[in-house]
Amino acid sequence: MASAGGRIDPADKSDERSEEPKRGIGRRRFLTFAIAAPTLAVGGYVGYDATDAEALPSLPQPADLLDLGDVITLASRPTAWTMALRVETDGTVVFELPRAESGQGITTAVAMLVAEELDAKLSDVRVELADATPGLLWNQFTGGSTGMRTLWEPVRQIAAATRGRLVTAAAKRWGVEASALTTRDSAVVAADGRTLGFGALAVEAAATTAAPVTGLPKDAKNYKLIGTPTGRVDARDIVTGKAKYTMDIEVEGALATVVARPPTIRGAVVSVDDTAARAIRGVVAVTRIDSGVAVSATSFDVALKARDALKVTWKDGPAVGLSDTNVRSKLRSAVAPLVVPGLLSSHLDAEFDFAFVPHAPMEVLNAVADVRADRAEVWFPCQSPIVAQNEIARVVGLPVDKVTVHVTRAGGSFGRRLFWDPALEAAAVSKKIGKPVRLMWTRQDDTKHGRMRPASHHKIRATHLLGDVQAFEHRMAAVETDLKHGFGEIVSASGAAVSGPADGLLFFGLSATCPYNFGVVTQVLSEVPMPVPTGSWRSVYSANLRTAEEIVVDELAAKLGRDPVKFRTQMLKSARVKAVLAKVAAEGQWGKAMPAGWAQGVGVHEEYRSATACLVEIDARDPKAPRVTRATIAVDVGLPVNPTGLKAQMMGGLMDAISTVLQAGVHIDDGRVREGSYADFRYARQKQAPIKLDVFVMPPSGRPGGAGELGVPAAAAAVANAYARATRTRPRSFPINF
Amino acid sequence: MPTYRFSVNGEQVAVDVPADTPLLWVLRDHLGITGPKYGCGVGVCKACTSHMDGSAVTPCTVPVSDCQGRKVTTIEGLADGDDLHPVQEAWLTEDVAQCGFCQPGQIMAAAALLKKTKSPTDAEIDAIENVCRCGTYCRIRDAIKRAAAAM
Repeated sequence: MASAGGRIDPADKSDERSEEPKRGIGRRRFLTFAIAAPTLAVGGYVGYDATDAEALPSLPQPADLLDLGDVITLASRPTAWTMALRVETDGTVVFELPRAESGQGITTAVAMLVAEELDAKLSDVRVELADATPGLLWNQFTGGSTGMRTLWEPVRQIAAATRGRLVTAAAKRWGVEASALTTRDSAVVAADGRTLGFGALAVEAAATTAAPVTGLPKDAKNYKLIGTPTGRVDARDIVTGKAKYTMDIEVEGALATVVARPPTIRGAVVSVDDTAARAIRGVVAVTRIDSGVAVSATSFDVALKARDALKVTWKDGPAVGLSDTNVRSKLRSAVAPLVVPGLLSSHLDAEFDFAFVPHAPMEVLNAVADVRADRAEVWFPCQSPIVAQNEIARVVGLPVDKVTVHVTRAGGSFGRRLFWDPALEAAAVSKKIGKPVRLMWTRQDDTKHGRMRPASHHKIRATHLLGDVQAFEHRMAAVETDLKHGFGEIVSASGAAVSGPADGLLFFGLSATCPYNFGVVTQVLSEVPMPVPTGSWRSVYSANLRTAEEIVVDELAAKLGRDPVKFRTQMLKSARVKAVLAKVAAEGQWGKAMPAGWAQGVGVHEEYRSATACLVEIDARDPKAPRVTRATIAVDVGLPVNPTGLKAQMMGGLMDAISTVLQAGVHIDDGRVREGSYADFRYARQKQAPIKLDVFVMPPSGRPGGAGELGVPAAAAAVANAYARATRTRPRSFPINF
Repeated sequence: MPTYRFSVNGEQVAVDVPADTPLLWVLRDHLGITGPKYGCGVGVCKACTSHMDGSAVTPCTVPVSDCQGRKVTTIEGLADGDDLHPVQEAWLTEDVAQCGFCQPGQIMAAAALLKKTKSPTDAEIDAIENVCRCGTYCRIRDAIKRAAAAM
């Protein structure tokens, strides 16, 4: 990696990964090929003459060399120094974090970095979510598990430089050499034991320009906090009910607002009779907006009652005529053709289908907006506030600098809050009625009109000879993922691509890899546009991609008479993945005897410069109500900043896996989402969670990789494989019990 | 409209709302008590779980007319001043929360369970149906067992 502030040359990365392409395709061309793939139907890298390949091991794939996180880090780097850390006179250290906090624990991890480098008490550090700050350019985006990857260097450097200033100020005050001073517990300490709290030095430190002591981050061997298991900094607020979410914020006069929405996806209002609704005491306004009819009232009970009293005539949405069956057939016909002829060699073919899955965060979508003639103020949880601010400004007809976007804590996201639809609705209503509003989607709104992980179809062919896999072809077709939340602009800003394929194919090329030496590996995505709302869902393409592949790996092992763990160990490319697999096999007692109807299953995944393996035990005696009873996970994120938070992310990924593989998804019936709440979108409950979970964090090495999305793909694969072994079936359609 | 009188977190309140007004909105929008969260409005996600006369209820499905003369406790009223309830302490020790949105309801469900049963079995813990979309269930189970041991 290049040093701070320097430019990271993508070509440097390949030197860390030893495998030089052996054939006539050089690294650079390789990258070029990946990043500027020429046609819409091609993602990842293809173009090899598959018959020309006896080559083992597999060549490195584009995402091995330059992945999504590298791109986002590159894009964020130019403005890294504009992030704000301030020391207040009461000793509080405040860092304005240009990221979203939706439970992934970035505020705690960043507070730890700041406290570490400042030698401040963690309790003195307050991490606030920064308002939308256009000057940060691409350094105010939360996604792709890039939080710690993008913040690791700049936050520590900013904190270290701040420490340097505080020490300099103390040296001046005391008239001593700065080099003789140390820092501890939010104070500068002199050789004779005198101390000066950071707060007492705040004003003088602000006037200091150059620090005579090092302003460089600590050597890793001196870490006291980084790497230490640490509870969330806001845990007490959460357990006492004091933590404020958007609908808990008091904005004077803000009217409770809900929206009557059409029965079909993106249907439209034809006419509305609001006589009965307006007659209800407490109703203040009924407003037509693009997405439906908004009712604003003095409280939500009144707004909901009035919404139900509206008589609205709707026009069908563009998805009418679309149902699960024709979604599937469209996807099936869209997959790119396989290249290796099936007749000429031993091969294993498999096809898979995955249903739509809503994000369904616990906190429904919502926003508070106060739009006046000359300015607007909006509060909502948001992963891409700068893009949102621009969109809000456009909708309310104000210059961007007159629109303030406050980023609030999110009650979950999983990718959903990359988009800002509720903020646009709230702003539109507030502008029309001239009053502040707090607009909330209901759970029904969220399930029936929210965004979804796209349904996908997968066709895989593994060609093998004498126990080796010669070719591994994966053709994925997915409903197009809406990435219009600034992703394409970020990639352009990173300099990694000037022009290229559609966003989804680019994203796929930057994230899809196969961790095995399977000869010639080709992974190709075809995206199919459909008139349904989609969005990145925790791990984006990887969950379905890797689940399908890991099932095939198990089936290949069985066909070749090999143990699934031993087969993987032999075929895996990277030592890190082998190590996490060995860890779960040992700790989870791989291969132990299980009663009939029970089985173990494994899966591995490598992405975000991290690696993980998952081993689960499933009780599938009742195949319609299986339960994962035990899970063992090993995770290598390079340097784990907060092992407690990291383990939490892996646990969450596991629950997403259990849910989406076994039982949770949504159906499309003639342009409508069938499900309406957690009653029928069956996200796992306590009774589906393993009784025993062990997460092992591998010893620290290098720098932090990504963690937030890492847990889903390996766990999904492990659950599917365990179910297959327990029931002696070959699962092909997910969720299995749907 | 009739006036309904009941206690919330030890304080007497009187509200003047229609009989079918859900307790959740009475708490949140009329009394400014925002600990109980809206997650579904139909008693399924249970994010709003609070106590009525010591038992767990979902205020989104309890009409205010059922509250007359009763004792309602929300997450804000669980601790004894600055002294946290053992369930809250266990939640901190296990670092259960992720996004935190469902946690007031989870904690109130766990506290109600421990009131009924001193040391709940895994099956009794499994019967808690509160949704946690972040998937913190394993830590919830550990925290309930820790709290049971502490109590």
